[in-house]
Amino acid sequence: MLRLEPRAATPWWLAVASPLMAVVATMVAGGVLFALMGFDPVASIRTIFWDPLFGPASGYSRPQLLVKAGPLILIASGLAIGFRAGIWNIGAEGQYIIGGICGAAVALAAYPAEGAWIFPAMVLAGAAGGWAWGMIPATLRNWTGASEILVSLMLVYVAQRVAAWMAFGPMRSPEGFGMPGSRNLQHYPSAANPELMAGTGAHWGVVAAALAVLATWFLMSRHIRGFRIRVAGLAPRAARFAGVRPETLVAFCLGLSGALAGMAGLFEVSGPGGQITDSFGSGYGFTAIIVAFLGRLHPLGILLAGLLLALTYIGGELAQLMLQLPAATVQVFQGMLLFFLLGFDTLTRYRLRWRGTK
Amino acid sequence: MCKGGNRLTCQKHNGDGVTDELFRAEGLSKTYPGVRANDEVSFSVAAGEIHALLGENGAGKSTLVKAIYGLIRPDAGRMWLGGVPHAPSDPHAARAAGVGMVFQHFSLFDALTVAENIALGMDAPPRRADLSRRIAQVSAAYGLPLNPARRIESLSAGERQRVEIVRCLLGNPRLLIMDEPTSVLTPQEAEILFATLRQLAAQGTAILYISHKLDEIRTHCDRATILRQGRVVGTVNPRDHSARELAAMMVGAEMRLVDRSGRQAGAVVLTVAGLTSAPATEGTSLQDVGFQIRAGEILGIGGVAGNGQEELIAALSGETTGRPGTVVLDGHDLSAQGPEPRRRAGLLAAPEDRLGHAAVPEMSLTENAILTGATRQQLQRRGVIDHRAARRFAETIIADFDVRTPGPATAAGALSGGNLQKFVIGREILQAPRALVVNQPTWGVDAGAAAAIRQALLDLAGRGAAVVVISQDLDELLELSDRFAALNAGRLSAPVATEGLTLEQIGLMLGGAHGMEVAHVAA
Repeated sequence: MLRLEPRAATPWWLAVASPLMAVVATMVAGGVLFALMGFDPVASIRTIFWDPLFGPASGYSRPQLLVKAGPLILIASGLAIGFRAGIWNIGAEGQYIIGGICGAAVALAAYPAEGAWIFPAMVLAGAAGGWAWGMIPATLRNWTGASEILVSLMLVYVAQRVAAWMAFGPMRSPEGFGMPGSRNLQHYPSAANPELMAGTGAHWGVVAAALAVLATWFLMSRHIRGFRIRVAGLAPRAARFAGVRPETLVAFCLGLSGALAGMAGLFEVSGPGGQITDSFGSGYGFTAIIVAFLGRLHPLGILLAGLLLALTYIGGELAQLMLQLPAATVQVFQGMLLFFLLGFDTLTRYRLRWRGTK
Repeated sequence: MCKGGNRLTCQKHNGDGVTDELFRAEGLSKTYPGVRANDEVSFSVAAGEIHALLGENGAGKSTLVKAIYGLIRPDAGRMWLGGVPHAPSDPHAARAAGVGMVFQHFSLFDALTVAENIALGMDAPPRRADLSRRIAQVSAAYGLPLNPARRIESLSAGERQRVEIVRCLLGNPRLLIMDEPTSVLTPQEAEILFATLRQLAAQGTAILYISHKLDEIRTHCDRATILRQGRVVGTVNPRDHSARELAAMMVGAEMRLVDRSGRQAGAVVLTVAGLTSAPATEGTSLQDVGFQIRAGEILGIGGVAGNGQEELIAALSGETTGRPGTVVLDGHDLSAQGPEPRRRAGLLAAPEDRLGHAAVPEMSLTENAILTGATRQQLQRRGVIDHRAARRFAETIIADFDVRTPGPATAAGALSGGNLQKFVIGREILQAPRALVVNQPTWGVDAGAAAAIRQALLDLAGRGAAVVVISQDLDELLELSDRFAALNAGRLSAPVATEGLTLEQIGLMLGGAHGMEVAHVAA
């Protein structure tokens, strides 16, 4: 009989190895799945994980890596801080959408004026929008004790309806021949968030993501506030004793992760996305949860995990195109990744033992 | 004698040619990385005997009883229980063989009731109503008042312990291991517990009793096996030796006694007046608590846990804030301030619960030094943590308070209870508080460490600080405090001078009867 025995302590290498094993297991299980579906497993896995970076078409797909990883890393950096404190913002997707809408609103209000102030103002508006959307679950939790998990998640669906309303209503482009969707901000120089260096895919959102990684690393490992956030997650009573007010912490974590998600939304709408449409949300907010956990809630881990998840997006699209794999491939891969990660995490806390039945 | 629950024991007594030696260990050894926790330990326990296991923290008591209870496997050596080889692979097997254990740290779910908690620990729990009735029966039969329907979170530490004891007794153990059971009890409660233990012993149950309260062992235990650094120093009849002799065998040297001299009361430092906490859902609210304490003075606050101790220290540490004028330090009203401003002003606290309240078990000692030392020790500058300074502060605590640990990078949870307590108390004392409030400063701490902590508190008062000691250990309060007050049902009695008070008088001050009530739980 196979049994799980609690470990006294988790060896450090196991904590690092567990995400790597999860990635390998995902590839193996994915390969088996593809084989069962009648695809060549080796070719499929190579198309998803190798070709986007080094394959024949990598010239097109490689820049996409940063385009996709940017928002994932930016959002996950904020989420990880709350997750460390035991505050679960599941609604980054909604904060991302509202941030995009608020940022776009500034641009659309200023149109067609040009000015150096417009883009910074959009960034601030995007962050403020995401912050405000994150403060709704924070306030409800502090005032009524409502679960921030449920409230933030439900607000995603509200945000999606708001996006649809904007695309069909107030923000609809007057020059769009009645089609839903706002003006394309890529064609509005003062509001556009272009590729900063040709061929890299890096736009301001990628710069912001890099800064977010550095800033959250500093906050969590060098700053007293980050220290107290970690204490709150490990031992809430000790945090209170140290002088942390739980209400302040809830507001800080949900507000900060909301603001970062909102900024990610703004960089997307002013850059690769270009416009507010009824389907503006593209799942980054949810995928970022996987990124945060796959990255061990550590900034450096989040950086790597963000790149990996971005790769599954691009590789999945490539596999659709080249091998006619179904569109759900990406989601299956991301789901399996989280599944295997949680599974291997169990092994960091427990060990497997064979034992005869009694 | 052969009635009711102790079927197993009765069989033993009626058995053919069974000697009264119930348990025997020979040559037990267990090595952890870097430590030889048990080194060729041999001893035996007779049926019907209360056998003490005596030793400092780290002497190997825990390792030894864990081996008996199946939590760890010894590297070498053999055990017998009732003449049959005893090598339990897990606690389940140990319980099936007739070993019961009451741990020092409780494993209870706060949100569940007494009966639900006990049912969780059983392999085949009976129907809830039957179980509640059995719990009520056992708790009444052994004088351990307990209401099966109460939720754990509303129970005091002493009451929680009763749950653990009753849980064990329901399993009819032949050998009952008790890890420092009286550390949370008043003298009266302890007397009741000993009556219970004697009753069990008279029915033939062997009791292995871990403690370092030497007087207790001398009064109540038939034999004592003394451990030092993993080895058996000897097995003695504790009645033949003085407490000092036993302590000397434990630590291998003469114990030092606390020195109360050299203190003078100065100006009033801390004034608490009209402290009333809103009645928590299932806690004890404070009722108009007030006292004054002068520089250089130690005020002892006695009482059974659950009578407002947690609420009092929370109200003083700043975890809960109060109406204006309720907490005043050196003329500054701190009532509305949280823990950090109070620390800055010089009012420090050390809560009872080391794991998860006074310290974060998963964090290193350096990080735990930051927990309360950040501001006062300047371990941060404009929010940026100075890890070097934090490590130095942690190293100072470790050195000054003789905390036995590989170093400041060790996780707090890896320290033994006594060592972590020395760290927690040392962390506050080294910050040179104006007033320090400690709750149960020596709970679960061995005699040597307890004496060191008490001396440190006295020295702190000697340097002109006001010290409030909340404790259930009345010997400790008598030893330390200049004045004594009793906390009972959220009310604090007027402090009286300790000089000349006897244990009996204090027992009466505590409302005496509180711990002595006969079980009046609904049957």
